[in-house]
Amino acid sequence: MKVSTEQLRSYILKDIAVISGENVVECYQCGKCTAACPVSKAMDILPHQVVRFLQLGMLDEVMESNTIWICASCFTCAGRCPRDVDVANIMEALRVILLRKRGVSRLKTEDVRLVFSEGMPEQGVVSAFRKFAR
Amino acid sequence: MRRIGVFVCWCGTNIAGTVDIEAVVEAAKKMPGVVYTGEYKYMCSEIGQSMIRDTIKKEQLDRLVIASCSPRMHEATFRRTAAAAGLNPYLVEIANIREHCSWVHKEKEKATTKAIALIRAAVAKAAYNRELVAGEIPVEQRALVIGAGIAGIQAALDIADAGFEVDLVERTPSIGGRMAQLDKTFPTLDCSACILTPKMVDVASHPHINLYTYSEVEKVEGYVGNFDVTIRKKARSIDMSRCTGCGVCLEKCPIKVDSEFNEGLIKRKAIYIPFPQAVPNVPVIDRTSCRWFKKGKCAVCKKVCPADAVDYEQADELLEKKYGGIVLTTGFDTLKLDEFGEFGYGKHPDIITSLEFERLINASGPTGGKLVRLSNQEIPQNIVFIHCVGSRDKARGKPYCSKICCMYTAKHAILLKEKYPHSQTYIFYIDVRTGGKEFEEFHRRAVEEYGAVYFRGIVGKVFPEGDKLLVQGVDSLSSRTIEIEADMVVLAAAMQARDDAAEVARMLGIGVDTHHFFVEAHPKLRPVETHSAGIYLAGACQGPKDIPETVAQAGAAAAKAIVLLSKKTLIADPCVSEVNEEICTGCLACIQVCPYKAITEKTLDQKVHGRVVQRLLAQVNEALCQGCGSCTAACRPGAINLKSFSNDQILAEVDAVCL
Amino acid sequence: MRFSYYPGCTLKTTATELERSALKAAKALGIELVEQKEWQCCGAVFPLVRDEIAAFLSSIRSLAAARDAGEKLVTICAACHHVIKRTNHLIKTDTEVREKVNGYLQLETSYLGEGSVIHYLEMLRDELGFDELAQKIKQPLTGRKIAAYYGCLLLRPAAIMAFDNAENPRIIEDFLFALGATAVYYPYRTECCGVYLSLNNTQIATDMVEKIVSSAFSYGAEALVDACPLCHYNLLELQKKTPQGKPLLPVYYFTELLEEALGLKEQTAVRKDRK
Ligand SMILES: Cc1cc2nc3c(=O)[nH]c(=O)nc-3n(C[C@H](O)[C@H](O)[C@H](O)COP(=O)(O)OP(=O)(O)OC[C@H]3O[C@@H](n4cnc5c(N)ncnc54)[C@H](O)[C@@H]3O)c2cc1C
Ligand code: SF4
Ligand code: SF4
Repeated sequence: MKVSTEQLRSYILKDIAVISGENVVECYQCGKCTAACPVSKAMDILPHQVVRFLQLGMLDEVMESNTIWICASCFTCAGRCPRDVDVANIMEALRVILLRKRGVSRLKTEDVRLVFSEGMPEQGVVSAFRKFAR
Repeated sequence: MRRIGVFVCWCGTNIAGTVDIEAVVEAAKKMPGVVYTGEYKYMCSEIGQSMIRDTIKKEQLDRLVIASCSPRMHEATFRRTAAAAGLNPYLVEIANIREHCSWVHKEKEKATTKAIALIRAAVAKAAYNRELVAGEIPVEQRALVIGAGIAGIQAALDIADAGFEVDLVERTPSIGGRMAQLDKTFPTLDCSACILTPKMVDVASHPHINLYTYSEVEKVEGYVGNFDVTIRKKARSIDMSRCTGCGVCLEKCPIKVDSEFNEGLIKRKAIYIPFPQAVPNVPVIDRTSCRWFKKGKCAVCKKVCPADAVDYEQADELLEKKYGGIVLTTGFDTLKLDEFGEFGYGKHPDIITSLEFERLINASGPTGGKLVRLSNQEIPQNIVFIHCVGSRDKARGKPYCSKICCMYTAKHAILLKEKYPHSQTYIFYIDVRTGGKEFEEFHRRAVEEYGAVYFRGIVGKVFPEGDKLLVQGVDSLSSRTIEIEADMVVLAAAMQARDDAAEVARMLGIGVDTHHFFVEAHPKLRPVETHSAGIYLAGACQGPKDIPETVAQAGAAAAKAIVLLSKKTLIADPCVSEVNEEICTGCLACIQVCPYKAITEKTLDQKVHGRVVQRLLAQVNEALCQGCGSCTAACRPGAINLKSFSNDQILAEVDAVCL
Repeated sequence: MRFSYYPGCTLKTTATELERSALKAAKALGIELVEQKEWQCCGAVFPLVRDEIAAFLSSIRSLAAARDAGEKLVTICAACHHVIKRTNHLIKTDTEVREKVNGYLQLETSYLGEGSVIHYLEMLRDELGFDELAQKIKQPLTGRKIAAYYGCLLLRPAAIMAFDNAENPRIIEDFLFALGATAVYYPYRTECCGVYLSLNNTQIATDMVEKIVSSAFSYGAEALVDACPLCHYNLLELQKKTPQGKPLLPVYYFTELLEEALGLKEQTAVRKDRK
């Protein structure tokens, strides 16, 4: 895969750093985040790979992954990262950038009507909309 | 009028690249008192120095200003150059135009202006320099070594072999340190005890070594060549001259507590010898757990001792001794793992540390060298090792690399496979670091010949599942999460400084880094010295290291100590404080601020109008004064001055820069 | 003992049982929980990005109101607690957020993070004391084997939530102990339940719940106890979707057990039919 200097210095990487407050350079790819993540099995790229792709400026790989939509914001990774990188914050920044840019919702009202009527608490429905829609 | 010579050094391009040497020389020529100005590519070289020597004679220079690098680098060099040409060395002044100028600036014009200003200040100060004569201080020809692990043992033996008396102080009841706990050692797999025990015996029998075990250093005063040290010999409660080491007392003692030497894996008695090869092989009563000391009854050991060596009345003894030099070798601890709950250490008996593993696989360990799962006493089949537990972890552990864990884990894999051919080891790592002679080859052997499976990644969580341990990790090379059902999990806990390292450093007046490892005087060029003259370092108390490095450093520290002890006297730095008795008001503010207790009060009989009155004055002990200058700042009338840094000199510098 | 009380939306709608039992127990313990007059939804999730100021406002209003009342703010819902606690931390440590939020809110006295928010469990532990609580137990839950389920929001991020040791917590077990019950330790007690993934990624969340419940079951638990409406829902509802199709363990809010132990209620039904 070709890595270009422009790619490494792209503005969006800086945006991600600013929005998430995390510096991906601090990650040394130990994989602890992945090993800790309770939902990594369902992800197409693993949490540590998300960080790695960002280190290399390979944005498409992360933006098109299902990973960022599967992340449960459980903060397990953040609590165990030896380099104090908060992967949960990074996942959120990536979601937010996509949601803001495309204005596309990953969740529609009709998706939740049923569960809501089945007793899914407000807290759950509101969080889901906060995470997956704009 | 002074005859000052200014010599400007290029330092190759280090200075000349940023400072316009020609302009500097032209400017220096016009400075007051300057009669000669020269420049050269490398002033410190032999050619540069001979140029200085020749010029001193030819131009009859009486002061020198060398514009070059930091005085920490070459002040001593140029002082020697001056002395060789018959000029008092303290008439040399350094203008630091490298570290303070060329290295930190980019713009040539501004850097040149600054270099000129620095030289002008040095010239102004040099005009006030006085001839100083260094005094001599005697050297006590005895060394103190604190901590008797392999580092302390080696340093003590080397110094003693050179013919000097050494006192070796060890806090625990036996010498040996961590190395005594280890099984076999990388990269050669020789048995730790086999190579250590002979050295321990040598220490005990060496005519020049006095061993103080179960002892601690309590106070250190004085200075290089003349340290005054108080050692507390804790009461062993055993008369060492009577004890024959028969061991009956150990059998009969009814109290059991965790054995420190065996990392708490088994119990020891309240009266105990830490391990069979201990030196000295004499028991000690741990008074915090002994029933006699806690409840006033029992005394079983006293009753059974055939030599009548048990002595409950024994008290701590304080020894006051003098030493020329001190070698500090207090070693390391391993990180406590309370912060790493995800690994489950302390929650399950089959999750152990590497040090516990060393004890379990050690033939003289608690299981006689049979590696068993502590949960069910069975031999484990699948063993998972985890590197970097708390190392390279700035969030919850230590940001540094502990340096030895990659190697000892490979060692553990090899030892396991040799002992139990059916076992399988799995090792989770972040990077494998094998910089060392034969180290990489050793690691590859673990993989290729002993079948250790390495995963590049770390473990997220370990927890019991049925009678196994489920290890959830990752292999980043294949981008797969990994689950292993393990029988045993071994955690390579980070090496860290001793809990009391900062206190020990304060007592000795040396520095510690942010992680409480002792700081060497220069990381490259003075690795075994400290900033306090006469105090040296060796082993893991200075930073994580393995045995080969520890031993090499111990030899180096010993050599430094030998160089010191082999001198009968030392040249004292004459740049010390002096009191102008005419001005001193006797307020003694200086005594309060002096960190070296170098100032005392004295009374002076003085005739005033025919009557004799007594005046209180401060006086400086030149041998104790370290020239820090605190007193000069505290003295309101300006009566106390640091030679070579007097108020006149400093003000002349300030004026030269500002006016 | 008197506190300002922030209920949050869920306690007023789906998790009424949690609020009802919590308030009843507090009353019996002599603790006055005064519901804030004008609380608003906390937003349910704490914004993890740095540029969403609006989401902090409701938390700050409640924190400031509690401060003005001179009281600590008590929460019961884990999600609300998470959001308010983190917001309080942020406003204390981030000057930019502090200025923007205060600039917008124009409170009589600016809010700088000086108030404090505690969860009901912390209130019991730190304000009342579990020893004191144990004294007040009328019907100890002797012999009941209960597994604590912590979830994510109360524990993490550990440094900010400062609730308990995030990897090895004990507050709920200590609470159970005070009630006279036997706490069952099991490895999954701090694992995520799948949160809102139960909505659009039901299978993933179901797998997570299955692990939690079967682990607790295998360690001998007779019931699970939690402190979060969403965890509660997932643990209960998703159990039904696991392969065996019917729930393995009943799930209680911690306050329900408290209510029972204080003798305020008939015994909560506990499955007795396991081996
Ligand atoms: C699990 C494990 C396996 C290892 N395996 C190997 C290996 O195979 N090969 C290898 O080369 N290295 C190995 N090492 C590293 C080796 O243990 C160290 O390099 C070595 O022990 C360092 O020796 P030391 O004398 O500096 O420190 P220590 O061994 O720690 O000795 C310090 C001594 O000072 C004493 N002391 C401390 N403070 C005071 C005080 N204030 N006053 C008086 N006395 C004091 C202590 O009681 C101790 O006796 C291993 C380390 C570990 C943890
Ligand atoms: S745990 Fe931290 S350092 Fe390790 S791979 Fe993940 S983000 Fe990088
Ligand atoms: S926060 Fe997201 S990425 Fe991190 S462990 Fe939880 S689910 Fe995985």
